[in-house]
Amino acid sequence: MKAIDIKLWRELWAMRMQALAIAMVIVGGVSIFIMSLSTLDSLFETRENYYRNHHFADVFASLKRAPLSLVKRIQEIPGVDKVETRVLAYVNLDVEDFKDPVSGHLLSLNANSAGLLNQIYLRKGRLLEAGRDNEVLLSEEFARAHDLQPGDKLAATINGRRKVLNVVGHVLSPEYIYQIAPGAMFPDYYRYGVLWMARKPLASAYDMDGAFNNVTLTLSKEGNEQDVIDRLDELLKPYGGIGAYARKDQLSNRFLTEELKQQKTIATIFPMIFLGVAAFLLNVVASRLISLQREQIAGLKAFGYSNFAVGLHYTKLILMITAIGVIAGIGFGIWMGKGMSNIYMTFYSLPFMIYVLKAEVIIAAVLISMGVAMVGTLYAVSSAARLPPAQAMRPEPPAMYHTTLIEKLGLQRFFSQPTRMIFRHIERRPLKSLMTILGISMACGTMMVGGFQEGAIKHMVEVQFGMSQRSDLTAIFTEPTSQRSLYSLQSLRGVEHVEGFRVVTAKLQFEHRSYRTSVQGIAPNGRLMRLLDTRLQVIDLPPNGIILTDYLAEILHIKVGDMLTIEVLEGNRPVVQVPVVGLAKEYLGLNGYMQLNSLNRLLNEGHVISAAWLKVDRLHQVNIYAELKGAPRIAGVVEQESAIKSFYETMDETILFFTYITTLLGGSIAFGVIYNSMRIALSERNRELASLRVLGFHRSEVAYILLGEMAVLTLIAIPLGIMIGYGLCAYLAFQFDSDLYRIPLVLGLKVYAFAALVVISSSVISVLMIWRNLAHLDMVAVLKTKE
Amino acid sequence: MSSDSQSRHQILEENVVFHVHEVTKVYQMGEVQVRALRGVDIDLHRGEFTVLLGASGSGKSTLLNILGGLDIPTEGHVFYGERDLTRATERELTEYRRFHVGFVFQFYNLIPSLTARENVAVVTEIAKSPMKPEDALKLVGLESRLDHFPAQLSGGEQQRVAIARAIAKNPDVLLCDEPTGALDSKTGIVVLQALQRVNQALGTTTVVITHNAGIAQMADRVIHLTDGLISKVYKNETRLRPDELNW
Ligand SMILES: Nc1ncnc2c1ncn2[C@@H]1O[C@H](COP(=O)(O)OP(=O)(O)O)[C@@H](O)[C@H]1O
Ligand SMILES: [Mg+2]
Repeated sequence: MKAIDIKLWRELWAMRMQALAIAMVIVGGVSIFIMSLSTLDSLFETRENYYRNHHFADVFASLKRAPLSLVKRIQEIPGVDKVETRVLAYVNLDVEDFKDPVSGHLLSLNANSAGLLNQIYLRKGRLLEAGRDNEVLLSEEFARAHDLQPGDKLAATINGRRKVLNVVGHVLSPEYIYQIAPGAMFPDYYRYGVLWMARKPLASAYDMDGAFNNVTLTLSKEGNEQDVIDRLDELLKPYGGIGAYARKDQLSNRFLTEELKQQKTIATIFPMIFLGVAAFLLNVVASRLISLQREQIAGLKAFGYSNFAVGLHYTKLILMITAIGVIAGIGFGIWMGKGMSNIYMTFYSLPFMIYVLKAEVIIAAVLISMGVAMVGTLYAVSSAARLPPAQAMRPEPPAMYHTTLIEKLGLQRFFSQPTRMIFRHIERRPLKSLMTILGISMACGTMMVGGFQEGAIKHMVEVQFGMSQRSDLTAIFTEPTSQRSLYSLQSLRGVEHVEGFRVVTAKLQFEHRSYRTSVQGIAPNGRLMRLLDTRLQVIDLPPNGIILTDYLAEILHIKVGDMLTIEVLEGNRPVVQVPVVGLAKEYLGLNGYMQLNSLNRLLNEGHVISAAWLKVDRLHQVNIYAELKGAPRIAGVVEQESAIKSFYETMDETILFFTYITTLLGGSIAFGVIYNSMRIALSERNRELASLRVLGFHRSEVAYILLGEMAVLTLIAIPLGIMIGYGLCAYLAFQFDSDLYRIPLVLGLKVYAFAALVVISSSVISVLMIWRNLAHLDMVAVLKTKE
Repeated sequence: MSSDSQSRHQILEENVVFHVHEVTKVYQMGEVQVRALRGVDIDLHRGEFTVLLGASGSGKSTLLNILGGLDIPTEGHVFYGERDLTRATERELTEYRRFHVGFVFQFYNLIPSLTARENVAVVTEIAKSPMKPEDALKLVGLESRLDHFPAQLSGGEQQRVAIARAIAKNPDVLLCDEPTGALDSKTGIVVLQALQRVNQALGTTTVVITHNAGIAQMADRVIHLTDGLISKVYKNETRLRPDELNW
């Protein structure tokens, strides 16, 4: 090995603690980069594979009832490849020993078959057998939640009649990767399930013999999606079609897509923060190292080393530190990526997970980190290379200081000399101080992201279920019913208040933009469902016109006062124009709201409702559930509170994990920045601090000067970090917004406090480590030589 | 041995400030042992201006640092008045330096971020009965440079600030390690004048290290060190003024 390279290794060893602290930050950046991108690639790949192998449909449509003879005409639509019809029903389920209402989707499936399209994946047990009318396959999550094993039984209220079903197997389906009940906020495997049973019994219960109410199809290679959808809609119109939609609008697929989009955002932001901080740290350390080695550099040059050779020498040192971080980061990132992919596999009920690690991702990680490291140290290295040897031989002149701004204002009499030293030192290197502050702020901001998600979801739930929807139960009728049904609900023991409402599927259109959703007809001054404006104040629903979810208005580019075209997709399918009279704040889904009477007038179907909200007495809750489960005209019952509770439980685990990760990341940035800054400061001011010790200052008094500076910087960094964190959260909230849900930008005091606390703890740890170094401050040695 | 030194200490004269008894100092340099002091015995008297003379590496700085509480001997005892410095804790040594000792070094060791006045104040703020920083600086002739930062001062001026800083706390002893080593003779004389003025005006016990024999002529007493041992001690019959010295 060449002597100059031996020097390199020795120096690397001598500064190992600092090198490690920097490498740690690089590890953070690289590992998140690798983890997020590989998880993302894996999810995409797995989803594609799953969809392809299980023939996930391209187009989906529900309708009221059509004869099977229509299939031939659907098949004839140009661009259609395979077609499968199904009978699909939303039913009440009854699981033994589980009191809360449970609902589910019941899908028809042929015997000994996984289906033609949307093929199920059998996890346990067997497929349905021919001629067995009471066999059922359960979605795995639901089966696991209730521990329903093959051989167990559960009951379903199928079109008013209770039927006992035998569980024969657990399955997964590409159609229900994300299993969420219609209108629900989050998956609840206890209260919502997907079930597959033989077609015959299901069809005869719903009068669907020789008919279907759901169709899915795949496109041939040359098929045009929109074209097929339009023609399918045309075909299904007479049969009560409520509008076909493409795969991209399929609920489960949409949630998954949103999730992947979020992953992508995170995959870009966090590595950027980390690598930025790493660049700064490398810059600080390299500058210091080079200034300590002025004489050595001069010597090397005097012996005939070229500027380039000197520059290369220091570049190598920096790249070596970076390489340690990159290699460890890649390893750690792959490990986390695999773990993360497996978490996703369970979370999304995927039958398998293909872990994909693209060479591009690794190459990008290496190039980006190396590039960032080089840019960060470019100035320091090039100034070392350019240093003229004669000048470099002489020690650096004493640093020039000035009185600070605060002192010029005449405030210096309040400061002791050590305090003045702190301020002057900060002011002498404003850029460096600023970068240090920025580094610490980034740590603070990173940590706020962890807490933000939790707070935002809690806020969503509070607003949606505490202020807006305040019923305990929602009962959904099998079909639109006379308002008189409310009396029978009202008469149930323990029911305190009932409000009926009407829901219709409709296509809302303004100019060339349209959106398919539901319009709800609700009581104008209802107590159980209240619309809120953007300031969360209750809105009065006027007798004429429609109120839209604010985000829906944004999508349609429609303002209050504009005329909205509503194309109802049910019943007589009227198309009407209605003025938009207001906007409502909703975090979940997109809806239109009208007064019940005006919606009914529009539909021309008399005074009907399709569902009801109930407020009930806790004591009678169980009885009410039992009554409703047996009621023939009620298709499903949704209970709010326990669903929210169970969601919180699962969410707490996820959030805890996420908070743990962000805390670790934020903490390591904070530690990396603070520890390094103090180490450098100690090395730069070694002599000064030792002199003070000679003059009779105690260790704590000397520490005050060093730590005081850090404390000042940290204290400035925390509010700035909170601002950065707020900005980061705002950016994430904005990126995560979709028609499925909007994340409110609410940050609780806890979030700020926690971030600040972790930053402060990181400084305290760094201080404790530096305290040790201060004990070894060698007064005698330092005073002997000129720096 | 320790009881022996105790008993000897009882009979000390009242004007002895430092009583150095059989002090040795061994530095362990990896495999090699460096014997910097090999058994030094000396008493230093109150108000005396002492010059420590010797070749480079003879152990002058080592002795001075031990007197100043910066270092502890390997063997032997150093008494400051009644106190045995070799038995003091780290905390006690800090307090000792803080309240009793003033240091001046070859390379000034001023704090670059503080002005001349503030460099003095940094010490007076923690001392018991200090003079005003301005007075201390006036004593060394720097009353016109109060608000200059070290970077704005010449070497001689920086050293005089260092002297002002050392004397401003009214120390009992002033220890100077080659205070003129980094200065040209003209500036050196100004610095020595400042030291002499302090010694005469305040009666501060002063020890000055030098390897320049010429400077010895301004001392009350001269101590020669050779290879870690005291080789010669003598009193000057007549003390010269710094400007009369021959470099
Ligand atoms: N910290 C130390 N470690 C090792 N050796 C030292 C140390 N300090 C001084 N020495 C050695 O002790 C001897 C005396 O040094 P010193 O007291 O500085 O001499 P002087 O000040 O008379 O030039 C020298 O040989 C020197 O190399
Ligand atoms: Mg010396």
